[in-house]
Amino acid sequence: MSLSLKKNVMPEQDAKMRARNFNEVALGYDDELARAEAERCLSCKAAPCRKGCPVDVDIPTFIKHIKEGDVEAAIASIKEVNRLPAVCGRVCPQEDQCEKFCVLAKRGEAVGIGRLERYAADYARTKGERIQAIEPAPDAPRVAIIGSGPASLTAAGELAKKGCRVTVFEALHLPGGVLMYGIPEFRLPKDIVQAEIDNLRKMGVEIEVNAVIGKTFTVDELMEEEGFDAVFIGTGAGLPHFMGIPGENLNGVYSANEFLTRCNLMKAYRFPESGTPIHVGKKVAVVGGGNVAMDAARTALRLGAEEVHIVYRRSETELPARLEEIHHAKEEGIIFTLLTAPVEVQGSEGWVTGLKCIRMELGEPDASGRRRPVEIAGSEFVLETDTVVIAIGQGPNPLVQSTTKGLETNKKGNIVADEETGATSKPSVFAGGDIVTGAATVILAMGAGKKAAEAIYNYLKEKHKL
Amino acid sequence: MYKILAKQELAPNVKMFEMQAPRIAKKAQPGQFVILRIDEDGERVPLTIADFDREKGSITLIFQEVGATTKLLGALEAGDSLLDLVGPLGKPTHIENFGTVVCVGGGIGIAPVYPIARGMKQAGNHVISIIGARNRDILIYEEEMAAVSDTLYIATDDGSKGQKGFVTDPLKQMIAEGKKIDLVIAIGPVIMMRNVAEVTRPHEIPTVVSLNPIMVDGTGMCGGCRVSVGNENKFACVDGPEFDAHKIDFAGLVARQRMYVDKEKKHSEHCVSKKVGGCKCHSH
Repeated sequence: MSLSLKKNVMPEQDAKMRARNFNEVALGYDDELARAEAERCLSCKAAPCRKGCPVDVDIPTFIKHIKEGDVEAAIASIKEVNRLPAVCGRVCPQEDQCEKFCVLAKRGEAVGIGRLERYAADYARTKGERIQAIEPAPDAPRVAIIGSGPASLTAAGELAKKGCRVTVFEALHLPGGVLMYGIPEFRLPKDIVQAEIDNLRKMGVEIEVNAVIGKTFTVDELMEEEGFDAVFIGTGAGLPHFMGIPGENLNGVYSANEFLTRCNLMKAYRFPESGTPIHVGKKVAVVGGGNVAMDAARTALRLGAEEVHIVYRRSETELPARLEEIHHAKEEGIIFTLLTAPVEVQGSEGWVTGLKCIRMELGEPDASGRRRPVEIAGSEFVLETDTVVIAIGQGPNPLVQSTTKGLETNKKGNIVADEETGATSKPSVFAGGDIVTGAATVILAMGAGKKAAEAIYNYLKEKHKL
Repeated sequence: MYKILAKQELAPNVKMFEMQAPRIAKKAQPGQFVILRIDEDGERVPLTIADFDREKGSITLIFQEVGATTKLLGALEAGDSLLDLVGPLGKPTHIENFGTVVCVGGGIGIAPVYPIARGMKQAGNHVISIIGARNRDILIYEEEMAAVSDTLYIATDDGSKGQKGFVTDPLKQMIAEGKKIDLVIAIGPVIMMRNVAEVTRPHEIPTVVSLNPIMVDGTGMCGGCRVSVGNENKFACVDGPEFDAHKIDFAGLVARQRMYVDKEKKHSEHCVSKKVGGCKCHSH
């Protein structure tokens, strides 16, 4: 049997077309392509791909079902452990996870595991999958989940499956966390996110929006007054970092969080049908080189900007964004202005007119192992721009930590929690995802949510003699 | 959904809603605010909590119809509901017995000053209040403020009620007379708050104002409401909204508030042309 060393190509919207709309870029496999891709899987017994998946999806089994044309069995197998497959199939960095360990990757391209997961999830959703409601016992323990991003949703699903009564508290008006406000529609359509979250509701997970823990309730009140037996904190890394350079408060300067929230959550791209405005000029500079920067740059382009620059202080090889995202951004016409650091936002009459930058060169490796950027004296220049989006990272929002007695945090403000169990310094309180690790990936947050759910259940079993 | 229990027109284009919001009412403190969204297409808009009734489980919101969203809001009636209402947000006003406190409210800003004045009075302060508006027709909360103040001054731009002039006039007068003032709290248009700050600055009278920058989430995740205070960036939604008036970059605040002026016009025009939500705001 001859095996293709290449993945079956997933159809995509044409780069020129898609750079002007918010429709999804990747169109997904059809039945035939999915079957062909599934055929590439060798069904190896050792299944090394599984060790790359933080939630341990049984990859060979679900792919085998697709091979056999039983997509419903495939999705059932995935959903044993992963309740957000339509999300994961789209936004996981599979090249660093499951696909990295695929035996085919040694000689050619790995099996398109993410694409197949996405295919199975989309198939199930569009064919109208039935979700089994789980009826917890009336005296089953109650768990409060704070935040509704990937870590929280995973923990909620796992705990509901185990028979706990679960309530998720979300500060914004829609659940999903970064899946809703951060990752753009063209990478992760929002109706798909809500459909996956609705499935959790059908399972029995209660979700309360417009509830800001630390303000509406404190963690202690949840346990002492509202009757919860345990709390999971999954509040993420939602505090934007600014650069601290002159001119940062000029009109036209956004944090990536604000820019993306206006566009994704508030649908500012539909303004004025949608009431939330957004400002995008002709020339946009996005500062930073991670996935958030790529998302902001590609969003700016779709909002009508004529020229969008990624301004990054290191070189192309150090860009922290996924290769696929960089590739997509380039295809769409994003300009990479590398080895460049902003020193001042210039303005006139309150509005941005330019970004004064300095050229950099790479010096010796720093503590992180990456070569440190060093300023080239006298190389300052002005990048003409009318919008600046700052995407240099996020920290933990302090709202929960600062209102919870006895909750230990580290220097950066992240919650200190056991890596395996998510247990914090406060009894009955667990934490996981970006609030513990700092900004990372969706799937790592989901892995943390899964582990914590296990630990919370064991803790409740002990406490309630279940 | 969050139900409007009662609606009242306090002055032309100034409306009051009593909202059903037991959770918010239970926690609300003077100085805090909420964020609301009318419907699916709506934007998130911050409004100060003008009052709260813990037993009834309600909060009072007072707003002026200034743009598309507040006009849509003003067209709603008792019995209608808002899609989203979240709070209480922001830090509460620091209330303790300071001695003599001057509470200054301008225009619609009188509403949020009221619970603060009441709190200050309850904490044992000698409360002197100054309220003002452009004219008598748009002056609100006169009786309420009188009830919680030891002395109440009223100023209108055209002299149609109280003394003619600005809220800063009685304040200047008190200072000139050598009256001992331990704290000034001012809420109103930015220009008024800045003027109050300039009156008290040379006399080093501690002065607190409540800022109203543009907000999106109101929980500290976007920085849209950032304002320079003592040359340091603060997020008004979580670090404020109240700050030391003598340290605020008012010019920067004014500039940022004007960021979407053109867009707001466009949104209003859209709402008129579509008569979104049966908007009745353009019939008068």
